[in-house]
Amino acid sequence: MSVRVQKEDFDVGAELNALTQRARAEGKGIGGIVTFSGIVREFSEGQRLAAMTLEHYPGMTERQLEDIEAEALRRWPLDASLIIHRYGRLEPGANIVLCITASAHRQAAFEANEFLVDWLKTKAPFWKLESGPKGESWVAAKSSDDKAADRWNVAPAAAKRRA
Amino acid sequence: MLTPLRGLWYVPLMRLVYFAWLRERVGKAGETLSPPASVTTVGGLLEWLKGQGGGYAEALKDLSAVRVAVNQEYSGPETAIGPNDEVALFPPVTGG
Repeated sequence: MSVRVQKEDFDVGAELNALTQRARAEGKGIGGIVTFSGIVREFSEGQRLAAMTLEHYPGMTERQLEDIEAEALRRWPLDASLIIHRYGRLEPGANIVLCITASAHRQAAFEANEFLVDWLKTKAPFWKLESGPKGESWVAAKSSDDKAADRWNVAPAAAKRRA
Repeated sequence: MLTPLRGLWYVPLMRLVYFAWLRERVGKAGETLSPPASVTTVGGLLEWLKGQGGGYAEALKDLSAVRVAVNQEYSGPETAIGPNDEVALFPPVTGG
């Protein structure tokens, strides 16, 4: 279970292998691992992006991500998890975020992963500034992201069944 | 830290930090302020700041687009604030 907020890039394969090996060494009975990685898009509203700069609130970001991860652990029987989120100037194709969830069975891993991504998008204090041919603009929050986060306010199926 | 005897000899200092377009409109990333003793909640602070004009009025024109954290926890207009608190103002978040 860990959270990292960093400027540096990460290697999805290396992180996945390290998490799997660590969990197995600890004797965790994992059988399903879900990996989500978010990268910078080439286009935004029809315009080719030159770069995206992520600003964040050091300290609060880590606390929020730790709280979100702890909430996932309360809701699902996870054996391992990892959240990495980058900040700074990123070019199209660059890694932004990585969420890994591992459990004995796939459903908890899938659900917990969606939960982590939905909640971090609406709670972790990051802001995206896009740079394109028309200059720079701050990305506006989407109501669809709020809706996606809100649906987890109801107890999820896998968590209920195992309770 | 000195004993917070508000309004007597102690000047209450509050740390303000701004992010994203709020930072740009205010024109700085953070500052230490000493609001009047009548400012005791987040809502009161926002109204007082707005009244300072310039970049503050511009940044706080539409409060529905402003989120607030007190000591790094999300807070609402009723949240109490006092000396030594860190108050952050920022737009709705867009990470992930």
